[in-house]
Amino acid sequence: MSGLFPFHGGLKTVRHKTESNQQPIRWSALPHRLTVPLRQHIGAIAKPLARAGERVLKGQMIGQPDGYISAAIHAPTSGKVIAVEQQPVPHPSGLPDWCVVIESDGEERWVERQAVDYRRLHPSEVRNRLRSAGVVGLGGAAFPSAVKLNPSGHAEALETLILNGAECEPWITCDDRIMRERAAEIIAGLHVIAHLLEPREVLIGIEDDKPEAIAAMVAACAGTGFAVRPVPTRYPSGSVKQLVKLLTAKETPVDGLPVDVGVQCFNVGTAYTIYRAIEFGEPVISRTVTITGHVNQPQNLEVLLGTPFSELIAQSGGYRDGVERLIMGGPMMGFAVHDDGVPVTKATNCLLAASAAELAPLRPVMPCIRCGACVDACPANLLPQQLYWHARAKEFDKAQDYHLFSCIECGCCSYVCPSHLPLVQYYRYAKNEIWAQEKEKQKAELARQRHQARLERLEREKQERDAKLRQKRPRHARWRWKTRLTKPSRPIAPRRLRPRPNQRLKLASGAIESPCTLKR
Amino acid sequence: MWVAVIALGVLAGASGLMLGFAAVRLRVEGDPVVEKIDAILPQTQCGQCGFAGCRPYAEAIAAGEADINQCPPGGETGIVALAELLGRDPKPLNPENGAEKPKMVAVIDERNCIGCTLCIQACPVDAILGAAKHMHTVIAKECTGCELCIAPCPVDCIYMTPIAQTIANWKWTYPLADTGARGSVEQAAA
Ligand code: SF4
Ligand code: SF4
Ligand code: SF4
Ligand code: SF4
Repeated sequence: MSGLFPFHGGLKTVRHKTESNQQPIRWSALPHRLTVPLRQHIGAIAKPLARAGERVLKGQMIGQPDGYISAAIHAPTSGKVIAVEQQPVPHPSGLPDWCVVIESDGEERWVERQAVDYRRLHPSEVRNRLRSAGVVGLGGAAFPSAVKLNPSGHAEALETLILNGAECEPWITCDDRIMRERAAEIIAGLHVIAHLLEPREVLIGIEDDKPEAIAAMVAACAGTGFAVRPVPTRYPSGSVKQLVKLLTAKETPVDGLPVDVGVQCFNVGTAYTIYRAIEFGEPVISRTVTITGHVNQPQNLEVLLGTPFSELIAQSGGYRDGVERLIMGGPMMGFAVHDDGVPVTKATNCLLAASAAELAPLRPVMPCIRCGACVDACPANLLPQQLYWHARAKEFDKAQDYHLFSCIECGCCSYVCPSHLPLVQYYRYAKNEIWAQEKEKQKAELARQRHQARLERLEREKQERDAKLRQKRPRHARWRWKTRLTKPSRPIAPRRLRPRPNQRLKLASGAIESPCTLKR
Repeated sequence: MWVAVIALGVLAGASGLMLGFAAVRLRVEGDPVVEKIDAILPQTQCGQCGFAGCRPYAEAIAAGEADINQCPPGGETGIVALAELLGRDPKPLNPENGAEKPKMVAVIDERNCIGCTLCIQACPVDAILGAAKHMHTVIAKECTGCELCIAPCPVDCIYMTPIAQTIANWKWTYPLADTGARGSVEQAAA
């Protein structure tokens, strides 16, 4: 067994795992109404396939992936679609997004499901199945897995496949529970991934505060050649680049991906859904969610996507007194939702009801004293203090020179900062501004091209008109006009030859329908 | 002697030809400074700067005929970028040219549109779709918000609306905004 290669920085945090990891996962009650967002993943929003009034079956596709980086969405239960409309979704903005609202009929009638033997299928066919099963990373990022499972485009063969069971954030225990309870299924899913990517070695990283999960996974791995690697409990060991460093000693380039150094990483929950999709033909319609913090019975529930947070809180004994915020995700990287009626999505790994006891006290912000504590804590090897100065001064170019986009927003820097600076907030702000400016630039470029094309079109039309005028004018007539030039009684061009509004319009609308003529 | 004269003559002729050829074939497209200025301008093509579009304004700046603070859509950010490019001091937007406003898009009230095509002719970026006597509509994605289509409409059925905030274009705000009191402590101390 080879050793571990600690990453720079990181934190020892409080754990708070035992509150919720003591009992087995239970199925949550079937809600009366499910609000299923069409955007539960990174990438393009899915195109709705169902209409209001239509009946849908459990597992029926109701949102079609739109483009390469997108994922399918399915009806989590059978029932009637009552609307396809904008509804509040879990997002830091509190803004609504497109959702399919389904009233369940309580019958849980499935669509026809088809299991496949992935070893007999062409890899692209397996990827297509996973894509239409809506498989995305369940660790929280929700990136479409089919994209990561496509080895083409990377010159070298994959060196290491990592299964991420680290679960480093405090409070969250859903991965811990599924590893304890569904180890064999996870490993079956891992076989599918390994079949597609053909890595040289397969490693499973689990933080060492989960001995039961480690034991279960070791037992399930017997005879497979997959190696379980317990890693020290240190936040953020579950973050992809840090886990890659920890297990393989490889540093992912600042602006690159692990695949650039021959490593690919999947979450344990994702492997489980891959297994369900292949062995049972079941799309992703539920996920395990930790409900913890200031609730009466913290626990893990298997939840149909689209179930309102409030129902899960109710099934966990309700809020205890003093809850100030409901956080989706963990206390380090999660965000507070504006409303607990929002639905569970593929990215919802944890609901943390936070009272003053769980929240960092609001302390006065002081100026940066350049102590360097943030630099020591940053697991991405960045200079958070420099990033802060530049983001604060809105010097976005300079912030990018300091690799702003390599910041994983882990919050270690804010956590250790003796001046209590809201560092991560500055980084998020700066990243968003840079993206927005980039979009503005693209829009301006489009407008420039269209304006240019319009000027060219107007010029062309003018020339065509002039040419027609000259053509239609008989020789002797031209001569006669010339002689008349001294006292023109009417416009030089004969009336009927002047462009009539209709004629001009035809040209105008024609050119609009074939938008940009600049390409030539 | 004659040999030298002929040789030099041939040489001169040849290099003249080559230079002429190079001047035609390898001509630099436009003035690079104008290009750079034009790249900073927002391409709204609204004419508020007093010129018939962004490019003419860019040319005027390059020629020293216009100041850098005449483009309201570009706003402060635009002026700062121009000042940096041209090595001048930024200055506030000239109020005679207008004020910086949030980004808007035009919307045609389709019930009232009479299909006169006047707005199509006014739109600098061909962002309006329609045919004579048929309802017209604005392609929101391509509308720059220049407002040039508003005045020509004989039935006043075009209005401007702010671009709706969605999850896709939502941004985290500058931290001071939501830390309130904490922010002011930091500011006071900094
Ligand atoms: S930890 Fe805070 S005070 Fe210290 S250098 Fe970093 S930002 Fe400045
Ligand atoms: S939030 Fe970003 S800058 Fe701060 S410690 Fe994490 S990776 Fe480093
Ligand atoms: S004011 Fe600005 S956006 Fe409008 S035409 Fe002039 S340079 Fe372009
Ligand atoms: S639709 Fe109106 S506001 Fe929009 S770009 Fe065209 S003319 Fe300007």
